[in-house]
Amino acid sequence: MNFTLKVWRQASPKAKGEFKTYQVSNISPDTSFLEMLDILNNNLIHEGQDPVAFDHDCREGICGACSLFINGHAHGPDTLITTCQLHMRKFKDGETITIEPWRSAAFPVIKDLVVNRQAFDQILQSGGFISVNTGGVPDANAIPISKKDADESMDAAACIGCGACVATCKNGSAMLFVAARVSSLAKLPQGRIEAARRAKAMVAKMDELGFGACTNTGACEAECPKGISIAHIARLNREFLSAKFQD
Amino acid sequence: MSNNLFSSTIGRKLIMSISGLFLVLFLLFHMAMNMVAIFSLEAYNAVCHFLGTNWYALAGTMVLAAGFLFHIIYAFILTRHNLAARGKERYSEQKRSGNVSWASRNMFVIGVIIVLGLVMHLYHFWYKMQFAELVGKEIGGFAWADGAGYLTSVFANPVVVILYIVWFAAFWFHLTHGFWSAFHTIGWNNQVWLNRWKCIANIFATIIFLGFAAVVIAMYFKANCAACI
Amino acid sequence: MSILDSKIPEGPLAQKWSKHKAEIKVVSPANKRKLDVIVIGTGLGGASAAASLGELGYNVKVFCISDSPRRAHSIAAQGGINAAKNYQNDNDSVFRLFYDTIKGGDYRAREANVYRLAEVANSIIDQCVAQGVPFARDYGGLLDNRSFGGAQVSRTFYARGQTGQQLLLGAYAALNRQVNKGSVKSYPRYEMLDLVVVDGKARGIIARNLVTGAIERFGAHAVVIASGGYGNVFFLSTNAMNSNGSAAWQCYKKGAMFANPCFTQIHPTCIPVHGDQQSKLTLMSESLRNDGRIWVPKKESDVAKLRSGAIKASQIPEEDRDYYLERRYPAFGNLVPRDVASRAAKERCDAGFGVNSTGLAVYLDFSTAIKRLGRNVIEQRYGNLFQMYEKITDVNPYDEPMMIYPAVHYTMGGIWVDYNLMTTIPGLYAIGEANFSDHGANRLGASALMQGLADGYFVLPYTIGDYLSHEIQSPKVDTNAPEFVAAEKAIREKIAKLFSVNGTLSPDDIHKELGHIMWDNVGMARSEESLKKALVEIPKLREKFWKNVRVAGKGEEFNQELEKALRLADFLEMGELMARDALNRNESCGGHFRVEYQTSEGETLRDDQNYAYVAIWEYKGDAEPVMYKEELKFEAVKLAQRNYKD
Repeated sequence: MNFTLKVWRQASPKAKGEFKTYQVSNISPDTSFLEMLDILNNNLIHEGQDPVAFDHDCREGICGACSLFINGHAHGPDTLITTCQLHMRKFKDGETITIEPWRSAAFPVIKDLVVNRQAFDQILQSGGFISVNTGGVPDANAIPISKKDADESMDAAACIGCGACVATCKNGSAMLFVAARVSSLAKLPQGRIEAARRAKAMVAKMDELGFGACTNTGACEAECPKGISIAHIARLNREFLSAKFQD
Repeated sequence: MSNNLFSSTIGRKLIMSISGLFLVLFLLFHMAMNMVAIFSLEAYNAVCHFLGTNWYALAGTMVLAAGFLFHIIYAFILTRHNLAARGKERYSEQKRSGNVSWASRNMFVIGVIIVLGLVMHLYHFWYKMQFAELVGKEIGGFAWADGAGYLTSVFANPVVVILYIVWFAAFWFHLTHGFWSAFHTIGWNNQVWLNRWKCIANIFATIIFLGFAAVVIAMYFKANCAACI
Repeated sequence: MSILDSKIPEGPLAQKWSKHKAEIKVVSPANKRKLDVIVIGTGLGGASAAASLGELGYNVKVFCISDSPRRAHSIAAQGGINAAKNYQNDNDSVFRLFYDTIKGGDYRAREANVYRLAEVANSIIDQCVAQGVPFARDYGGLLDNRSFGGAQVSRTFYARGQTGQQLLLGAYAALNRQVNKGSVKSYPRYEMLDLVVVDGKARGIIARNLVTGAIERFGAHAVVIASGGYGNVFFLSTNAMNSNGSAAWQCYKKGAMFANPCFTQIHPTCIPVHGDQQSKLTLMSESLRNDGRIWVPKKESDVAKLRSGAIKASQIPEEDRDYYLERRYPAFGNLVPRDVASRAAKERCDAGFGVNSTGLAVYLDFSTAIKRLGRNVIEQRYGNLFQMYEKITDVNPYDEPMMIYPAVHYTMGGIWVDYNLMTTIPGLYAIGEANFSDHGANRLGASALMQGLADGYFVLPYTIGDYLSHEIQSPKVDTNAPEFVAAEKAIREKIAKLFSVNGTLSPDDIHKELGHIMWDNVGMARSEESLKKALVEIPKLREKFWKNVRVAGKGEEFNQELEKALRLADFLEMGELMARDALNRNESCGGHFRVEYQTSEGETLRDDQNYAYVAIWEYKGDAEPVMYKEELKFEAVKLAQRNYKD
């Protein structure tokens, strides 16, 4: 297969970026999207040009490193996968593919398609944990948890922190990301103890870092590679508001 | 970062949600009142009289205006905040994600259309009715005691009828998203109720649209068709 | 030899750890505040260690090459984590877990370390539950277990097919809590490029800020290496693209000895290679072998038809299928250890029964389980794995069996450590996959997570105190010391040299070539001949690299090509040591299979008389490395040929 690629190139955070057009040819339909970019980069190196920078690591859809806004969709046109799980058979031979970085005020571009997502770490550092030290904890079976609650907690915990929700949201909101963590811990008895503190701290940090407000469009859920439901946002709202009203 | 609830994004959304639900209640009440005119113009006049310049009607009007103002001011604040969060560089290409509704992405724009319609509406039915009664004189040669007569005279004009129906359509879009979204923001939602609320929102928006539109169309026919009265 | 004192405590096996803990020194809270510790890597080992050390009160600096600590490759572990909780009442115990691990590792691990691992495993599960890890539960609200290879009990705890992710998020959350408190400082997108040794002690690192390209110095009273394994030396592996062995390798070159470098685990259930454009291999969890049955056709005529696409696997009748694991190993069936399953797959494919166009694939079939349990149950258990498989291969595994083939997965070898997890450089520790200590010649499934967390939560925080208690008088490390200046200068020169080559080959071109040499000669089947060949070819390739590599861009910027080139330079040296070690070990054990040493049935043939030792290599610059031996003494278990047949 052959493709024309329109790729965002930006030398550094402050530099002005622009689209550049490249051709790649003889790509097998079984090639993954990132392997296609590897091929492009190898060609560029052989031509003496600077290869395209993009984040990636595990290439099996779990580390959350890969990003990319492909043909108008976060993680490309297929659903419930990350960019690294996208394969070229999803595209038409000869197609022009537009590749852009995540765009949001809280995720500034570092280079080309690589953005800085440390804001996510900062939000989790503000309260996305249960305050227990190593050791001195009860036996694992001392706290029974209903299967339903454990499953719901796990649904939310599936978040990989890739940032597709923020990238897709017209408001640049991180609500789905924050909700996933708050909700996952709030569903467990051991997490309930500091649920109020957690919700308040994480929302305050999210606001401080310049993420937008949620308008419940549901675009985040639709583009989330793990299909995390916006129902968790309702729970975050509930947790946050009831915490605030108890102050 | 202040600890104030209403300086947080979720707190501001709560204001949108509560004021929105309040306006929804008002719409329901307003619609019920309007529909009286379909069945009996005399009864409609009685309602108008009841909601004239009494203290409770005026107080109600003030509260209502406050509700609108909150809803609109916070819509501006949040929209500005959200535009800033989106950043300066925009996608060259962004496609609709999944089944994201058009209304949900354009609530602000629809809101602006609603406000424009509201100006028209207030000119027609507040300035010339409650305000006229308040200042105690007729405006535009219309006796405020005969609300029903005025109603039919305004909607005799087909252009006005069409403008109103467009306005109601904007309400329909705004409500299909706003109604369930309000409950979601309060936190009164979950995986099971998500689709139920969306369904209820669609039904509710449609009832509101049909209820208001029916009155306007009925008035048009009452004015233009002798047999219909 | 004093330098290789493994410091295994005296006394009965079951009491060694408690006795040792009681005897080692501790540091008072006031003194902990004055001590700095550097942790390299934020996988299960690194994150849990950094968090626990921060909780204790040390000043911790934690470095990772990713944009967030959460992206470390522990996140990709799917199946589960072992612990001898005996919640299933199936007669599990600490001893049984210890025994299975020693046996699974083909008797090439240290008894005392493995016993300690089995002993603290239960605490890991408790700790993780307290942190909010949503392990799978039964309807009664208690924890559920599944079975894994190499064990006859159900002792694996899991969170769907994302156990590693959930455990890492737990450790990452504990780390975040310490960052919030200020006891840990996190340095994401930093790569350690050298270890700094002052007066014979590890005193800091030189790291490159991957965003700006700046070379920076960091000092500390102890350095912990938790940088994972070096499986990417094979280019194609299940490791993440950025996983590398460079941090460990710098330690080796600064004097830390390297143990059993040739012990590499080949995982049996990976998606087969599809072509030369492939960048990495995707693992399908071992948990699939709970319900999946592995087979190839009995008839060569069926193989030909499968390869040409004339028939589909599901059309081959039951009686024409060869469930070779069930046939060869009736007692364990499809749940034999990884090395055994991998070799059996290779044996069938080499015999001409491979089922895809390359002839390098076998089937993993769920039709029996779907018939027995229903599609719903299978979907609940493995839904995300099935979806992942379908996205990659475009084949629906509910209808047609999966195709799988072995791939490089884990390196049991690593930096040599004593019982305290300290390397041969005082103050330098290695934990998790980066060290060699617990898995012998083959790691059992669901044990890597166990080791990473055991080391980080429950072993290192105790043992490091013993060393640091002697450091309480040491002032803050001066990063202007001549050793730091020299190390930084050497790194700058190395980078400058890489750019100056300006050849025609990309790092990936050369890495792929190295991968082929390694897989063909130092892979699943090794021979004296193939290893000697590798020892000729790898240095040649290394020469080619330094003569002909092209590193695009500049050093003082975000530059992924430079990162690759620096790591590849180390892989090109590591591969050679692996071959050298494999050549030295004239026996087959676990993942190390020398074709000259096998039983008549094709099983590994150990030589306990001559090779029951850990091979430990010391770097000697341009000269050949020197090997030392740590004899393995078995007191609690009897050495025997592993038997998974009955």
